[in-house]
Amino acid sequence: MEKAVIDVAYVAELARLELTDEEKSVFQPQLENIVKYVEKISEVDVSDVPPTLHGRAIVNALREDVVRPSMDRDLALGNAPRRSATEFVLPKIVEGAES
Amino acid sequence: MELYELGIAEAKEGLAKGEFSSADLVKAVIDRVHARDGEIGAYLTFDEEGALAAAVEADKALNGLKGLLGIPIAIKDLINVKGQPCTCASKILKGYVSPYDATVIRNLKSAGAICAGRVNMDEFAMGSSTENSGFHPTRNPYDTARVPGGSSGGSAAAVGGDLCIAALGTDTGGSIRQPASFCGCVGLKPSYGRVSRYGVTAFASSLDQVGPMTKSVEDAALLLQALAGQDEMDGTTPPEPVPDYSAALAGASLKGVKIGLPREYFIDGLDPEVKAVTDKAIAACAAAGAEVVEVSLPHTEYAMAVYYIVAPAEASANLARFDGVRYGHRSERSEDVFTLYTRSRAEGFGAEVKRRIIMGTYVLSSGYQEAYYGRALKVRTLIRRDFEDVFTKVDALLTPVAPTPAFKLGEVLDPLTMYLNDLFTIPSSLAGNCAMSVPAGFTAGGLPVGVQFICDAFREDRLLSIGRAFEDAIGGPRLGMPRKG
Repeated sequence: MEKAVIDVAYVAELARLELTDEEKSVFQPQLENIVKYVEKISEVDVSDVPPTLHGRAIVNALREDVVRPSMDRDLALGNAPRRSATEFVLPKIVEGAES
Repeated sequence: MELYELGIAEAKEGLAKGEFSSADLVKAVIDRVHARDGEIGAYLTFDEEGALAAAVEADKALNGLKGLLGIPIAIKDLINVKGQPCTCASKILKGYVSPYDATVIRNLKSAGAICAGRVNMDEFAMGSSTENSGFHPTRNPYDTARVPGGSSGGSAAAVGGDLCIAALGTDTGGSIRQPASFCGCVGLKPSYGRVSRYGVTAFASSLDQVGPMTKSVEDAALLLQALAGQDEMDGTTPPEPVPDYSAALAGASLKGVKIGLPREYFIDGLDPEVKAVTDKAIAACAAAGAEVVEVSLPHTEYAMAVYYIVAPAEASANLARFDGVRYGHRSERSEDVFTLYTRSRAEGFGAEVKRRIIMGTYVLSSGYQEAYYGRALKVRTLIRRDFEDVFTKVDALLTPVAPTPAFKLGEVLDPLTMYLNDLFTIPSSLAGNCAMSVPAGFTAGGLPVGVQFICDAFREDRLLSIGRAFEDAIGGPRLGMPRKG
């Protein structure tokens, strides 16, 4: 059997995306088709061609490094699925720590 | 003529002359939405009370001479308007309320526009039919069995179906231009950097642009005027001055304008009715005095492959922020932080978004990054150079917008086939040029078909002038399009 061009289950894990078995079996051939299609670019001679890294090349668009008022904390926390008065609340991350 | 049928320029004139008030205009649009949107599904939400209150305020200030005072503009659901929902048509953002205004919204509000209606789209702007909305599909106002295109399908259906005066869309690989063609409206994708992306949920950051979707080229100029310009909140907007776009339309003519037809865009797979409309458009340009020449953009055939590496790669990084922590859906089945991420994302994202995240993660993953992403960036340079070369020879390019007219809901199921919709719009996005879809004709079945004009980066003035002259060459704005009652 030909080796799969893309290991969908592995890549989904890298992307922090849980897939059902059904999704995996639907996405596998679809993504293989897409990957095969984009491999077309291997035909192009790109020696000595620089990459286009930006939509438009602008170097160091920086503002002055001064403190400015930022978004109100309550507003920033307003869409949180779980929050305390001042922070986002998550399940325990560090083993043995208090959550 | 009903008030909801008006475009921006006509509404401005009526308001200035006191023929009607902003409240009349907003009420007419709201009534129209009630009457017609059940069938079309262009809107996700409409803050009617807020819109009417804003209209009353606008009427008090009507002699303030502001550019868009009192005119309601429909907003694509990935652009943040403070206090309104902003879901990107995704279940993962259901219930999200914007804590701030995008720069384009701040600009529209300071020009006096009323931004109260939010229009549907393909989830996170990924799609070409608006069937990928996490909430409901939108239907084409010219034939409700058909799609409006996408991803700005709600914007296009609202403009084409006279459910708004004008709308904002966004375009990453064709998401303004293709739906504009399908729904008979003008859709302008500005040059990369011309319009701020601050407050616009990112899909592919090196490609995304916000642009006007309108009933005429004149309206596109008026709306772009309010949108364009440098923004310190978006470092990709250069300080280049913004020309007076309406002034650029004065005396618009195709006489002596050099229009290139890139031979790579006139392919065998082109729908015969689209080809017929395009040929007629070319003939109309020539008859109006344009010098039409064949040109070549030799790397065109690689553009779609480059796009389907670069755009998903950027999307996979941009969409990492939707993890159930700070906003959006959080899975109730999460056991720890890892499953909180993986299950919140699994439950929140739709199929196309998942596919693109996986594709993007794959092309950036160890061992593949150079072969796919690295190489695609180099081919992108060659595509950009094709355009740089061709714009030393011609003023504009004229091409089809999409290979077909609007197709039926459920007709295109294979993702790769759906991607082909953007064949003619992707190259100019990769190159950062400005491009516009302008209505050019109809199929025998009465479906609108547009043509695309492409100009060099930051030459929106020229693009609009050519588009305006083209409207005259082909029978006037909207081609006397049948109003869809």
